[in-house]
Amino acid sequence: MLEVKGIDVFYGDVQVIWDVSFRVEEAEVVTIIGANGAGKSTILKTISGLLRPSRGEIFFNGEAIHRLPPYSLIDLGLVHVPEARRLFVEMTVEENLEMGALRGEAKRQRERSKEMVFELFPRLKERRRQIAGTLSGGEQQMLAIGRALMSRPKMMMFDEPSLGLAPILVAEIFNIIERINQEGTTVLLVEQNVKMALSVANRAYVLENGRVVLEGPAQQLIDNEHVKTAYLGV
Amino acid sequence: MDPVKVEVFLQTLIAGILLGGLYALIGLGMTLIMGVMRIINLAHGELMMVAMYMAYWLFTLLHIDPYLAVFIVAPAMFFFGMAIQRFLINPVLRVEAILPENQVILTVGIGMVLSNLATIMFTSDYRSTPVEYASDAWYLSDLWRSSPIELSFSVPWVVSFLFAVVITALLWYFLTRTDTGKSIRATAQDRDAALLMGVNVERMKLLTFGLGASLVGAAGCLFIPLYYLYPALGGRFTLIAFVITILGGLGSTVGAIIGGVLLGVFESMTATYLGMGWAPVGRFIIFVAALVFLPGGIASVLRRRRLGG
Repeated sequence: MLEVKGIDVFYGDVQVIWDVSFRVEEAEVVTIIGANGAGKSTILKTISGLLRPSRGEIFFNGEAIHRLPPYSLIDLGLVHVPEARRLFVEMTVEENLEMGALRGEAKRQRERSKEMVFELFPRLKERRRQIAGTLSGGEQQMLAIGRALMSRPKMMMFDEPSLGLAPILVAEIFNIIERINQEGTTVLLVEQNVKMALSVANRAYVLENGRVVLEGPAQQLIDNEHVKTAYLGV
Repeated sequence: MDPVKVEVFLQTLIAGILLGGLYALIGLGMTLIMGVMRIINLAHGELMMVAMYMAYWLFTLLHIDPYLAVFIVAPAMFFFGMAIQRFLINPVLRVEAILPENQVILTVGIGMVLSNLATIMFTSDYRSTPVEYASDAWYLSDLWRSSPIELSFSVPWVVSFLFAVVITALLWYFLTRTDTGKSIRATAQDRDAALLMGVNVERMKLLTFGLGASLVGAAGCLFIPLYYLYPALGGRFTLIAFVITILGGLGSTVGAIIGGVLLGVFESMTATYLGMGWAPVGRFIIFVAALVFLPGGIASVLRRRRLGG
């Protein structure tokens, strides 16, 4: 479904991603794990078109997307739930959700999608008229996910969905991600919470200093000596 | 209380509110551009001057009333604003320059070019549109025979104010009820998130500059029955729009409306009680006071209240 082929990415003159390749198959949950600053978010931003690879190619369902304008990816069914939620903090919960369904088919299905999101997150329904900036951290993450779901995506990319959340909420968010995947949406997950990420993923890539150093089935990586000592602390 | 003093006070207040409504319209355009593009448009008053010349010539050559001219000038300014954004500001936004604020400096240059072009083309003569109703007024005693005090309402001022209110209401509807309007607000709040949700941010920038120019263009048509027009008038209104934008809170539309009315009332009060010459002083006092005591502007007060903090 998604194929990243040998991308290099620079911030100004500094190269942060070196020849990274990976693929995500339909209906999979794939996670990219790595330490803070390894380049995980950079990869997602590059797939979304917020950054451009200086070398390499990115395909989504066979179509080259690395030169498309960022706003057009949502039409293809690829949506990015960015790090730190990035809500429209001065808009209401409901307006934020509507912003996820601005175009094409998603716009026509807007009301139905809203009901679906409210069913998944009853808390958001209670707070639909509230200003997004006044929500708690967990509610904000729910809203960020809900807003992305409004676009009726085929594939969702999550950037650190557990960031800054209490453990009980982390578990809840991961449950939601699993549920979204079970309903047929492909998931690419970037996480520092390696244990949680590996527990929900089918396959994983380990990113260190902008390079993929390890890859394989998630179950296998949990037992990998390097992963154990570097990321799981056992 | 001395009824004359009450009359003077109320008359001053009314004049301030009427002026403030027009100021709000000017400030709204600047604050929208500020919110979405992150630049202060220092050619804002000059855009209004251009619009006023359009209204002036429409009146002088074609005998089109300035209030009807709104419907011609505002759309024309919309396209003029989009052209400025597309062909002048956008290319400069993309360039990495020594000066981080070079787009702002560009707008200063645009303003200078516009006002000097106007001088070359139209000379620096003072001009006005002598509409028949220019000095008509409504009186409180016409409405309320036994009124203990007398107040007058200048017809062009009231009509201009009502136009400003209607335009502001339409803008509010556009920004809060339409997808395009919400996309503009979303772009102002978080540009990257807007991109990720499928908002064509470049188009929103074009639209916003066009919208800002057409708002100040409408304000120009509403001002021409009230003020003399000359090429250098823009600078004063750029300054007024800037003060309103700072007072209201950068990018805040509600802040700009309240800020515009406050400034109008404050100027009117200083003019009445300290003398005409003091109005610009009042403007600067409010500007400095806003920067010192209310750095986030009125918007920060509104936000605090909404967050219940």
